[in-house]
Amino acid sequence: MSALATSVFDMPSYVQSSYVGLILTQLEVSLGATLAGLAIALPIGQFCSRLPRLYPPTLGLVTLIYSIPSIALFVLLIDYTGESETTVFIPLTLYTLAILVPGVVDGIRSVPRDVLDAADGMGYGRARRYLAVELPIALPTLMAAVRVAAVSSLSLMSIGATIGNYGGIGDLFLLGLRFFDNRLIWVGLITLLVLSVLCDIALRLVQRLLTPWARSLRSIG
Amino acid sequence: MITFENVSKRYPDGTEAVAGLSLEAPDAAITVLVGPSGCGKTTTLRMTNRLVEPSGGRILVDGADIRERPVAQLRRGIGYVIQHAGLFPHRTVAENIATVPRLLGKDRRAARKRSLELMELVGLETVLADRYPHQLSGGQQQRVGVARALAADPAILLMDEPFSAVDPIVRKSLQEQFLQIQAEVGKTILFVTHDIDEAIRIGDRIAVLREGGHLAQFAAPRELLEKPADAFVEQFLGLDRGVRRLTFISSNGLNLRTDALVKRGVEPEAGQLELPWLLLVDEAGAPLGWIEPRRPGAAPIPIGHPFRAKDDSLRAALDAAVLCPTGWAVGVDEAGRAVGVVSQEEIAAAIREAHRASLEAV
Repeated sequence: MSALATSVFDMPSYVQSSYVGLILTQLEVSLGATLAGLAIALPIGQFCSRLPRLYPPTLGLVTLIYSIPSIALFVLLIDYTGESETTVFIPLTLYTLAILVPGVVDGIRSVPRDVLDAADGMGYGRARRYLAVELPIALPTLMAAVRVAAVSSLSLMSIGATIGNYGGIGDLFLLGLRFFDNRLIWVGLITLLVLSVLCDIALRLVQRLLTPWARSLRSIG
Repeated sequence: MITFENVSKRYPDGTEAVAGLSLEAPDAAITVLVGPSGCGKTTTLRMTNRLVEPSGGRILVDGADIRERPVAQLRRGIGYVIQHAGLFPHRTVAENIATVPRLLGKDRRAARKRSLELMELVGLETVLADRYPHQLSGGQQQRVGVARALAADPAILLMDEPFSAVDPIVRKSLQEQFLQIQAEVGKTILFVTHDIDEAIRIGDRIAVLREGGHLAQFAAPRELLEKPADAFVEQFLGLDRGVRRLTFISSNGLNLRTDALVKRGVEPEAGQLELPWLLLVDEAGAPLGWIEPRRPGAAPIPIGHPFRAKDDSLRAALDAAVLCPTGWAVGVDEAGRAVGVVSQEEIAAAIREAHRASLEAV
């Protein structure tokens, strides 16, 4: 069994990285991009929910970015960031905005009006209300978007292979194609699927831990 | 004391929500703001904790302009209860109640202890302390809302239609308990409702507002019913204000006749056979129904509801008499034992007598 496992997961020399190494790169870049996207989407979303008129154009913009082919973005970026993880990281981060910005706005909009009214009436300041009331109540909606963004980044990252071994597991697809090695493609595909599922499960767990109140809400509803 | 001095609120689009309102809400009393929708009652309430800023006039609390204090500090010193409670869904009942004490820097343990005390005060079992709001009924949520408003022991309570979203039975019990709590805590309360019955039931003073934010009348409930200031107030009070006014007259003066009671299994006496109706009571004295002495063996007619002979108002007695096909009301004591009966005619006489007494008093 262990001999078989070794043979399946042993990488040919032209892969230039171990199997575990590929997985780590994959997770680092795609989850890192999701987190970076979240850090950008939170203020944008907050801004859009304060000024609802700005939301449609903002949503249009992030959707437009999402529609730019990643190859084109890589080529544009490569002049500035070279053949590096950063060149993969930036487009991935931008792509998550199309999912995370609406996630943040919907989350903040899911906070009932009377809850905000009560918070104001009891003397919450703006920042404190945001951190202690709005964000926690927005969390279930927000986390749903984060899960989609993370899984989509895991998959989108494969294209990074085209700029030279920055696609994580995705490298296996390109190399499998180039060296006529179907095993690499299968290993890559299954690994990516398993990673996506595990990642979603892990994020669901995080969500459950962060929102104990919503768990009992589901059990009732 | 909360003083409104010529307070007005005009929105940028020109709508006038409140027009030159002057009003004094006395200490340790419930002042009700009542009126149809669009009369500015909620705006008036929300100006008191500066959720809305007036465009003219001043609001004073104990003589000091509310604008003199930082707004957060002002709000933390005023309890606020709203229609759907507005509880924080992500916090437990105890944490919700502890909100303002925590904002004021009280430590977690002391705040929780205070929460549990308040749960008892508002009639919530403390086993609910660690539940989330959505696990409670509407009535329980509203009790949490009241407890949360009282948590930091503010001198003033603002209540915006707090009992409007629950069913009538729960509403009545919430109102009754609210009055009991108020008797204990003696807060200065501004209470907004669109329900004139609620206003009369709980208000010490009632401010009737009309559309456009004009004060139509400011008076005690009884005075409001007896002397509505104008046609608007009269119409707002409704067609049954005469009957409603009886709420303020005790049934104490009624002469209850005791000769119409007959115990189950006991033959009526000769004199009782002359009466049109006899009240059948069980061995303990609880009323069972009306029987006709001339038609022995017929099923007893239900009494509808009795009234409490010493405590209830003439309104309750009259309603009991009107409700029952026999036209007689049954008076009972605290234990529910029948103490006597009284006819519609006798109640009518007592009402006339009360009118005469109030005319002479003027």
